[in-house]
Amino acid sequence: MLLKEGQFRNPSGCAVTGVIDRSGKGMSGEGMIRAISVMRDRSNGLGGGFAGYGIYPHYKDFYAFHLFYDEKTAQSDTETFLKRHFEIVYSSEIQTRKISAVKDEPLIFRYFLAPLPQKLANSHLDEREYVARCVNRINAEIVGAYVFSCGKDMGIFKGVGYPEDIGRFYRLEEYEGYAWTCHGRYPTNTPGWWGGAHPFGLLDFSVVHNGEISSYDANRRYIEMFGYKCTLQTDTEVITYIIDYLVRKMGLTLEEVAHVIAASFWSTIAEKDAESREQETLLRRMFPSLLVTGPFSIILGYTGGLMALGDRLKLRSMVCAEKGDKAYIASEESAIRMIEPDLDRVWTPAGGEPVIFELYKGGRG
Amino acid sequence: MQIDAKDLHFSALGRAVRECADREIVIKNCIGQRYIASGLSGKDIAIYGTPGNALGAYLDGCRIAVHGNAQEATGDTMNGGEIDVYGSAGDATGYAMRGGRIFVLGDVGYRCGIHMKAYKENKPAIVIGGRAGSFLGEYQAGGIIVVLGDSEENKPIIGNFCGTGMHGGEIFLRCDRIPTRLPAQVRAEKLPRLADAEAEALVRQWCALFGKDEKKFLNACYYRLTPDSDNPYRQMYTVN
Repeated sequence: MLLKEGQFRNPSGCAVTGVIDRSGKGMSGEGMIRAISVMRDRSNGLGGGFAGYGIYPHYKDFYAFHLFYDEKTAQSDTETFLKRHFEIVYSSEIQTRKISAVKDEPLIFRYFLAPLPQKLANSHLDEREYVARCVNRINAEIVGAYVFSCGKDMGIFKGVGYPEDIGRFYRLEEYEGYAWTCHGRYPTNTPGWWGGAHPFGLLDFSVVHNGEISSYDANRRYIEMFGYKCTLQTDTEVITYIIDYLVRKMGLTLEEVAHVIAASFWSTIAEKDAESREQETLLRRMFPSLLVTGPFSIILGYTGGLMALGDRLKLRSMVCAEKGDKAYIASEESAIRMIEPDLDRVWTPAGGEPVIFELYKGGRG
Repeated sequence: MQIDAKDLHFSALGRAVRECADREIVIKNCIGQRYIASGLSGKDIAIYGTPGNALGAYLDGCRIAVHGNAQEATGDTMNGGEIDVYGSAGDATGYAMRGGRIFVLGDVGYRCGIHMKAYKENKPAIVIGGRAGSFLGEYQAGGIIVVLGDSEENKPIIGNFCGTGMHGGEIFLRCDRIPTRLPAQVRAEKLPRLADAEAEALVRQWCALFGKDEKKFLNACYYRLTPDSDNPYRQMYTVN
């Protein structure tokens, strides 16, 4: 029997890219498709995906769930569960386009949801935690159902294939968002499961990741103490949970998160000015088990912004650029040049140095 | 001959370059194609756009001019020839270089010159106009790296961990003060002006290539870094 993602460990190479229009103006997903296609040789056709922000303006107050179903019974079980916990404001199959390169797709559905007020009140949880726990239960308990996107006014679109093919499969040229991220996957072997593709998301956070972290088990053991279940065994999943824990539960800023997961070496911290030294020492001491080691470059998407972050040794490439209101991030400069040949500024952030691009009106930080 | 690289896969572009009878080749609209001119000799190649990773890998005697920025691992294990980048170059520029020269107008990323080596007449050289990222000359075993630090950004000329694991070759830094701590196994010697004949010739060549004023770069204070053989390696990195 084919082992699913999570039943064995799956190392990967990959390409990442992202774009944000800081004025908030919408862009179709077409640009990301063109950018990632330049980096085709960084992927191997076994996973591709996108996250778009600001794509559901008419339903922006509702949680947008995207689900994969292996079969109809999984769908009816899930819908029964959803009706018990949420008001389903609107639901439909996600429109796709038949492409010869994209095969064996599961049933793909979208629901716009509002938690049932009475259920939510009885749970004594804040709304976001309530939603996160419901997602966790569907993914863990309903066989053949998988929630792969669950934020507000954002959505993840992913599958098995090259990212440019996955983008056309989901008709991303028909969506308009102020920010997009994209991932092309290069696993050395894969069960070919759609849920295992990236981005990985939790609420409005999405992470695309290039690399292979060596601290996976140390990070996983720690984060699982706080109710997270690392079911996929992928680096991206554990990184997403770490960020969610540090930002949503511990209230850290994204810069502080960077100093936890990509902390400087002690010898480097020792050379910094007194204030940074004190702060970075405190963060390393508070969360030593959340230091992420080994090569990685990630793009974090969230409501109102994108953050690029590479490992402290910079074992993966990452380029940032700006042109007017737009800001770009990619594994390779050529991917950015593909969609904007004439840039105002191009630079490569140092290892462990977060680069944050937010809407002028602000992000969630 | 002119090659339009738009929509060309790297294998098709590579074939076009290799099979071209002309000595002079101009590549237009280059967009991320990897391995350009890998292992090649006897060509003069001008590239417009953004060449992909491992430009001139194993290069064996061409001259390549990049009118734009280069990506990662430019000149990976190159044997001979010259690569001139009229922009900046990415991480691991001159990775394991064994001969030839790389001139960069702007900055280089992390690990420039990692594991460069020299043998008899094969002595590689890299001259960087701007700044170098961390781990410059990591495990350097031979050859010469010159960093001119000509940058408007007012950032330090090198990042952290310069010369980590260095056991041969030389690094010249044009600065009055070394901004970061060097490994104990690296010796730094202050030079009131660039007196070294070989480094001087390289700086002159860089100035001629990019139209810069020689005086500014020759009559300046430099540091010369070499491995300190009196203090051999015991432990390479700090603990975690």
